[in-house]
Amino acid sequence: MEGTVLRTADLSAYFGDNRVVKDVTLSILEKMVTTIMGPSGCGKTTLIRCFNRMHELVPGARVEGEVFLREEDIYAINPMIVRRRIGMVFQRPNPFPTMTIYDNVIAGYKLNGVELSRAESDRIVEESLKKAALWDEVKDHLRRKGTFLSGGQQQRLCIARALAMNPDVLLLDEPTSALDPKATAHIEKLMTELKKTVTLILVTHNIGQAGRVSDFTAFLYLGELVEFGPTDQLHTAPRDKRTEEFLTGKFG
Amino acid sequence: MLDERLDEVKGKLLKSASLVERMVEKSVRGLTRRDEGLLLEVIEQDEPGENELEVEIDEACIQLIARYQPQARDLRTIMMISRMNNDLERMGDEAVNISEGALFLIKRPEVKPLIDIPKMAKEARKMVRDSLKSFMEEDTQLAKGVCQRDDIVDGLRDQILRELITFMASDPTTIERSNHLIRISRSLERIADLSTNICEDVIYMVEGKTIRHGRFGE
Repeated sequence: MEGTVLRTADLSAYFGDNRVVKDVTLSILEKMVTTIMGPSGCGKTTLIRCFNRMHELVPGARVEGEVFLREEDIYAINPMIVRRRIGMVFQRPNPFPTMTIYDNVIAGYKLNGVELSRAESDRIVEESLKKAALWDEVKDHLRRKGTFLSGGQQQRLCIARALAMNPDVLLLDEPTSALDPKATAHIEKLMTELKKTVTLILVTHNIGQAGRVSDFTAFLYLGELVEFGPTDQLHTAPRDKRTEEFLTGKFG
Repeated sequence: MLDERLDEVKGKLLKSASLVERMVEKSVRGLTRRDEGLLLEVIEQDEPGENELEVEIDEACIQLIARYQPQARDLRTIMMISRMNNDLERMGDEAVNISEGALFLIKRPEVKPLIDIPKMAKEARKMVRDSLKSFMEEDTQLAKGVCQRDDIVDGLRDQILRELITFMASDPTTIERSNHLIRISRSLERIADLSTNICEDVIYMVEGKTIRHGRFGE
């Protein structure tokens, strides 16, 4: 499909015998924000962890079905390369505690053993921090530890770290659930900027956030993709009764 | 985010207002110049365009509320845009009514030279324009001025009615044509009324004060 950067076909994810994602088929359009929304425990995080082959790292976990990144089967690619092309930001900010801000940004290169010249690494750090709207706040403290920053800044540092690898897709797993409203607003604004250069997939159970930032929304319930469509349509006239009930607070 | 999308909707509302103002102008010009083409343009092209814009703005307002859960002034603005949109669509309908009446009249001799109807139309169009200007510039003084100008239009309508009653009483063959002229003046008066509705909404949007139904100055 034209403009599709990532797509799944009949994707199921298991923990042992427990199937937590069930036959999900969806296409993610390039340079858009797509939200995966649903009540706690519906399989949102598991689903996006299949997109960058992190699900299989859990003992006893496995995946059925297919995931394509630009029409390449990601399960036929080295998982390390998949994770470079599909970055991830987690619920709680997790900068490497022993590393400086500078080293945190280029950690992906260091941990992959990629040698960078000083000039190149300076350029990547500055560009990534600028994209993550953090540069102005930290440019004079690049040699301080990442943990010296506030929660919201730490999360933007993690976004900069993911962007440094120049990914095609950035997965954001409830990136603001540990942040206060001001830091949340900052990250939401950042998402609308970032989508100009990278495709974003956001997991959230926050209906308001899904509405504010995303172009497309998928509603997942009990591991099943109930509905997927433009956010404008899904938030005003959902087709499925379960989506309607979730949006109106009847469950979840 | 919300601000950008709100600006887009405001832009569409402005487009709708300028279309409606043109419709009013064309319908009365079509009558005075006996130009059937202009009148048909209002009915066949402008009215469907205005209806389409109304639906677009309406959908956008619902989407903004559903997606951004606006509060305070943002909420008042969206609610008022929704009401203004409805008022503009009704003004468009009145312009169609004028055109339909005019299509009847231009094929028949004049009851009397048309003086007050063009005057009324000029005033009503200015009220439409100023009501939207007060909205875009959040100018409540201008909005209050428009509300007060409604009396001028009402006065012209009463004058037209009195005059035409005299014509109908002296020559019953003018009744049908006079009736059309009275309905046209009534449409123009409705357009002016709907402009004052918009101005009342602007005052509520900016100041959070309701002045509808005579609550001016409370």
